[in-house]
Amino acid sequence: MNQETELIQPPAQVASKAVKGEAIIKVIDMHKWYEQFHVLRGLNLEVSKGERIVICGPSGSGKSTFIRCINRLEEHQRGQIIVDGIELTDDLRNIDTIRREVGMVFQHFNLFPHLTVLENCCLAPIWVRKTPRKEAEQIAMKYLERVKIPDQAKKYPGQLSGGQQQRVAIARSLCMNPKIMLFDEPTSALDPEMIKEVLDVMIELAESGMTMLCVTHEMGFAKTVADRVIFMDQGEIVEQGIPKEFFGNPREARTRQFLQQILNH
Amino acid sequence: MSDGKVNPVLPPPSLSVGVIGWIKKNLFPSWFSGVLTVVLGYFIISSLIPFIDWAILKADFIGESPADCTSEGACWVFIGTRLDFFIYGFYPESEHWRVNVIYLIFGLIIVPQFFSAVSARIKMILGVFGVTVFPALSFVMIYGSETFGLPIVGTSVWGGLTLTLILAYVGIVAAIPIGILLALGRRSDMPLVRALCVVFIEFWRGVPLITILFMASVMLPLFLPDGVTFDRLLRALIGITLFQSAYMAEVIRGGLQAIPKGQYEAAEALGLGYWQGMGLIILPQALKIVIPGIVNTLISLFKDTTLVLVIGLFDLLRAVQATIIDPAWRNVATEGYIFAAFVFWVFCYSMSRYSQMLERKLHTGHKR
Ligand SMILES: Nc1ncnc2c1ncn2[C@@H]1O[C@H](COP(=O)(O)OP(=O)(O)O)[C@@H](O)[C@H]1O
Ligand SMILES: [Mg+2]
Repeated sequence: MNQETELIQPPAQVASKAVKGEAIIKVIDMHKWYEQFHVLRGLNLEVSKGERIVICGPSGSGKSTFIRCINRLEEHQRGQIIVDGIELTDDLRNIDTIRREVGMVFQHFNLFPHLTVLENCCLAPIWVRKTPRKEAEQIAMKYLERVKIPDQAKKYPGQLSGGQQQRVAIARSLCMNPKIMLFDEPTSALDPEMIKEVLDVMIELAESGMTMLCVTHEMGFAKTVADRVIFMDQGEIVEQGIPKEFFGNPREARTRQFLQQILNH
Repeated sequence: MSDGKVNPVLPPPSLSVGVIGWIKKNLFPSWFSGVLTVVLGYFIISSLIPFIDWAILKADFIGESPADCTSEGACWVFIGTRLDFFIYGFYPESEHWRVNVIYLIFGLIIVPQFFSAVSARIKMILGVFGVTVFPALSFVMIYGSETFGLPIVGTSVWGGLTLTLILAYVGIVAAIPIGILLALGRRSDMPLVRALCVVFIEFWRGVPLITILFMASVMLPLFLPDGVTFDRLLRALIGITLFQSAYMAEVIRGGLQAIPKGQYEAAEALGLGYWQGMGLIILPQALKIVIPGIVNTLISLFKDTTLVLVIGLFDLLRAVQATIIDPAWRNVATEGYIFAAFVFWVFCYSMSRYSQMLERKLHTGHKR
């Protein structure tokens, strides 16, 4: 992929804004089962405020399930997940509070097709945060400018390209002013020529100091912005490290094999 | 085109445009279709001509009594003289104005919905008025109220088209929300809610409406304590509404199932609660998908109101039936039934047109 090399070339690693010691996400020995299937097997992770983490691993290794547990789209059965000081339990109020603080961007955008771009962005601030409509629209326009599509505000998602839709999805999440952003393979449903415009927006977001957890196979992106790269396989975190070590000198055989496949691809 | 020349813009070949082009393309595209066109054309024309002859050319339109029907065509005079009865049933003539006021308001609510020049906001306000204030207002006007100096007119004398419309309108306005709740309940995470909804839906769908109406009129009084009477019209209304809401629920459930999981997840991830997610994200899309199914159900509801004649209510069809046996007139059954069919058709066709308009208006670009 072209833009990968493009992104790798400038050695300018986006400066880390991670605040060491201040964990905003804590995952402690977390397990999850789908019926009989043990999909996540004892995950441990601490994410500092402002840290950018890239999660990679083979298909079916549980990456999506993992980050979906963090905003409780999936329920874990053992261990603890603590987000912004609140533990995720069955308590519905906790779940609501956390979902307000955690934005999520999906592989297939999941924009609301019956609403315009602007309405997509304003909906949650108005109904969840009770922001007055005028103000919500101003905020939405601000973020649509940031993802560089303010001129599409009155269009419907079905009238936009994939790359534009994904940028709207990012803006929609940002409108809730979240503390953490989760990305689940945000570029893997996009045509190659649109991947860069979405990655650019994500890089900019990383520069702004947002805490990000990003499942992606865009290794160029990982090298540019990640503070830490995590490799998952079969429901476990196999290896993690700063990009330089992770890519330059992977310790585990499984990681090496995976990276080889990805890079030869 | 490598030599830099641009292909000229050409007009379409003449065979595919104009009247001749249209006829060739649509009526005679192949010898088989051509034969079919001729045969069907013959049948249509040969049955239409005698009908037009009877219904229009040789018909009597003007007059007041059976003596005015002298020609061999249709006797529309009969419909004209009984029109009041067809519209109001036994509703006292001195109070007809009250029903007329309601018809007028009804028209003011419904007609603007068909015009694209009317803004969405006004349509919305009219619609909300139509399902909230209007039914209450209609009840006060048609039933009467001591407070407002309107003499009470009991439901037993309500009839004709007015009764048909009351049954259909209340049925429609009530069946849609009940259907939505049942559909949501059937997909609920709570086993008890789900079970109740399934039982309810399957019960009402499993029993013919005519049976329900009989049960409501014959059996229900047996179970009620002595002295408690339960208005016959109200019983019919409840029966029709619950029956149709079970069908409505299944139609709407089909729409809910068609919404991708990602929509639910996006709504949840943004922090929307269950009712917010349903009301703002899922239902608007699900209902839009099943507009044809909903209207289908509403049309059948409209026509099923005629079944109330089995419990002695005088709807439009029953009113027609009751008058065509009048020996003073020569046989006017055909005219009566054609009239009734025509009125039903006008209302049902309007619903169908309206739904097509709505579908076009709600279309927001390409499917994902
Ligand atoms: N809802 C589900 N029910 C049962 N199994 C599931 C479900 N979702 C995912 N899985 C299984 O869990 C495993 C991990 O899935 P996922 O987290 O989507 O992997 P990844 O995102 O790493 O490709 C896969 O084997 C998948 O088949
Ligand atoms: Mg995945």
